[in-house]
Amino acid sequence: MAKQPQNHSKKPEVDTTGHSWDGIEEYNNPLPRWWLWTFYACIVWAVLYTIAYPAWPGIKAATPGLLGWSTRANVQAEIDAAEAANATINAKLASAELTAIADDAELRTYATSAGAAVFRTWCAQCHGSGAAGVAASGYPNLLDDDWLWGGDIEAIHATINHGIRNEEDPDARWSQMPAFGDILAKEEIDQVVNYVMSLSGTPQDASMVEAGSVVYQDNCAACHMENGTGDRAQGAPNLTDAIWLYGGSHDTLTQSVTYSRFGVMPSWSNRLSEAEIRAVATYVHQLGGGE
Amino acid sequence: MLNYIKLIVLGLITLFALIAANYARDLAYLVNALLVAAAAGGVFLWTLRQTGEPVVKRDLSGEYMDGVVRAGVIATAGWGVVGFLVGVIIAFQLAFPVLNFEWAQGFLNFGRLRPLHTSAVIFAFGGNALIATSFYVVQRTSAARLWGGNLAWFVFWGYQLVIVLAATGYLLGATQSKEYAEPEWYVDWWLTIVWLAYLAVFLGTLVKRKEPHIYVANWFYLSFIITVAMLHVVNNLSIPVSVFGSKSVQVFSGVQDAMVQWWYGHNAVGFFLTAGFLGMMYYFVPKQAERPVFSYKLSIIHFWALIFIYIWAGPHHLHYTALPDWASTLGMVFSIVLWMPSWGGMINGLMTLSGAWDKLRTDPIIRMMVISVGFYGMSTFEGPMMSIRAVNSLSHYTDWTIGHVHSGALGWNGMITFGALYFLVPKLWNRERLYSLSLVSWHFWLATIGIILYAAAMWVTGIMEGLMWREVDANGFLVNSFADTVAAKFPMYVVRGLGGVMFLMGAIIMCYNLWMTVKRAPAVEATHSAVPAE
Repeated sequence: MAKQPQNHSKKPEVDTTGHSWDGIEEYNNPLPRWWLWTFYACIVWAVLYTIAYPAWPGIKAATPGLLGWSTRANVQAEIDAAEAANATINAKLASAELTAIADDAELRTYATSAGAAVFRTWCAQCHGSGAAGVAASGYPNLLDDDWLWGGDIEAIHATINHGIRNEEDPDARWSQMPAFGDILAKEEIDQVVNYVMSLSGTPQDASMVEAGSVVYQDNCAACHMENGTGDRAQGAPNLTDAIWLYGGSHDTLTQSVTYSRFGVMPSWSNRLSEAEIRAVATYVHQLGGGE
Repeated sequence: MLNYIKLIVLGLITLFALIAANYARDLAYLVNALLVAAAAGGVFLWTLRQTGEPVVKRDLSGEYMDGVVRAGVIATAGWGVVGFLVGVIIAFQLAFPVLNFEWAQGFLNFGRLRPLHTSAVIFAFGGNALIATSFYVVQRTSAARLWGGNLAWFVFWGYQLVIVLAATGYLLGATQSKEYAEPEWYVDWWLTIVWLAYLAVFLGTLVKRKEPHIYVANWFYLSFIITVAMLHVVNNLSIPVSVFGSKSVQVFSGVQDAMVQWWYGHNAVGFFLTAGFLGMMYYFVPKQAERPVFSYKLSIIHFWALIFIYIWAGPHHLHYTALPDWASTLGMVFSIVLWMPSWGGMINGLMTLSGAWDKLRTDPIIRMMVISVGFYGMSTFEGPMMSIRAVNSLSHYTDWTIGHVHSGALGWNGMITFGALYFLVPKLWNRERLYSLSLVSWHFWLATIGIILYAAAMWVTGIMEGLMWREVDANGFLVNSFADTVAAKFPMYVVRGLGGVMFLMGAIIMCYNLWMTVKRAPAVEATHSAVPAE
């Protein structure tokens, strides 16, 4: 680098090939040695590697390689090892009394960390990776103590096991609110929406609340109860706590009453093992609202 | 007489396109059919106006055909800005999902714009750059006018039609869902015709060359044209659901389809973005440096090694999938062996400058070409490294891949194209020099810093996300949800977007500079376009 760059052009140069295209000539420089030897080394390595690993295809099968290496065998071995490592505690978890899991420190710790992984893989898509649900989109928050179908460990376990309003599991939790747009007049819907808003806050039009109360008692109280606290046996939400599954504004409530809602959760019993379902139930139960 | 045949053909195409539009089964097909009708109808009217006019026969064989190169230069710069702009938009859509506006769903959301970006930069910007420079280079290095008369113009306009049909199709939802091969069957057919015409023009010019030997740049261009034709045809083998609809069904299925797709996809990189652009490098670097090419021998060896080995490296895109282990091994091994052949081009590019290194201080165009070759060397090292299965198990599906692609595309393809455009415009428009060298410097620094921001951000997110995905606790359970890894990438996504903005600004400055060169720079005698006497 100490050399002046100008000096380069003065040093004796190798010959050119004698060709010239539009003024471009080519030197007859040899291949750089390091380049050539690295190229050879790569080729030698390539030959050795293809002897060691499955590589060359034949008519019926490819050469298996001297090392007997196989991605499918490797991944199976890793899965087997992970399952073997947790086999004992998984068996214990699957057979324990559901209510006893929280009292057994070892089981509780294991189930919580295993359940967190299950949750992140299978549940976070709807309920969010932090389990806070998606506000006003019908994906309930699992951190609070407001439960649609019950918040004790057995109720949570049953919900995960069978799901909600799905066709695949005959034991899925099931209920359906009627679409009151076919039953009530627009005026009545407006009234009952104002009444429902008054239960936990301020109605849009206070003058409608009294009439709405009558509509409510005639049409809604059977499921949501006379005082509006809901009924967990049929997944009827509590309307008095200012926690809304689909939003509590006048517009969204009108939408809910007119067309009803139909939130679905899949059944997990076919996809997850009993130990995994118990683990994720334990995880959800300890998030904050478990009863 | 020829004009009457043309009129009949064009009239029929217009008619059939309108009939197709009438029976169209989907919006993308309808719009594309109307575009074809408008294009054919326009050319019909233009031909009609020429018909019967007295024709002045002029002997053009002593003059290079530069009009089509000028058009190609304009198209390259224009599509470049469009492609970079769409890239910036989708970068910010990833950082701020709210930019996927509700009113634009199904037209301008990320899923529709992403193929528009990749195709615009690779095929519209890169493709026009390759066609324009190959037409320029093959004439100069063969001392012959382009073969085929106006066929070169057919190639140019036909290719623009491919771009417009593909782009409108993407936005309206027509796609084969094959990366870099998204255009549907009728666009594929049209591109095949245009591409064969391109091959004919290029080969025809080589055949009638006055030089005894074929220059190395033309080997690379020719290998690019031939291989892309083969890749394009095989990967797009599909059967349309209806002749009046855009949807088609692939001939291959399952892992075979994936393998054909990545044989295509990898060699689109290998022959479109590597071999083709090496052709560009082999002409413009020695011309701008005014130095001989470093080693003829190296150019031969690395050319044949490159094109022989590249074609086998595709399976490294499918490590740890349903692809059999043996194919995965071969893909990886060929990728590693490919390292030195790729670097042969870098050595020849950089060493050509020996004796002219001082020009780096004074000539920002040389600087652009040097950094371009530098990024080429870096990407062609990074690529083989990422093809190693152990590395790939970390890098695959992460943003590291995106960073790798962009250090190659922005650094190598972008910069060498910019250098070529700066070289070409004064010559093509008979100007003494560029309008402003300091604007070239501005472009250089904006683009370089932009690329570094982009690539560094993607390395960080890529490795971070790969590590987060595989993180497990003591019992072997996953620690992070996928959404956690997405959330963690936010700051780097903003940095990447800013890098893109800088790169785009540089390109806009270039367009202004080239425009002012044509408008304002002092003119010179038009001697450049004359074919040298034998």
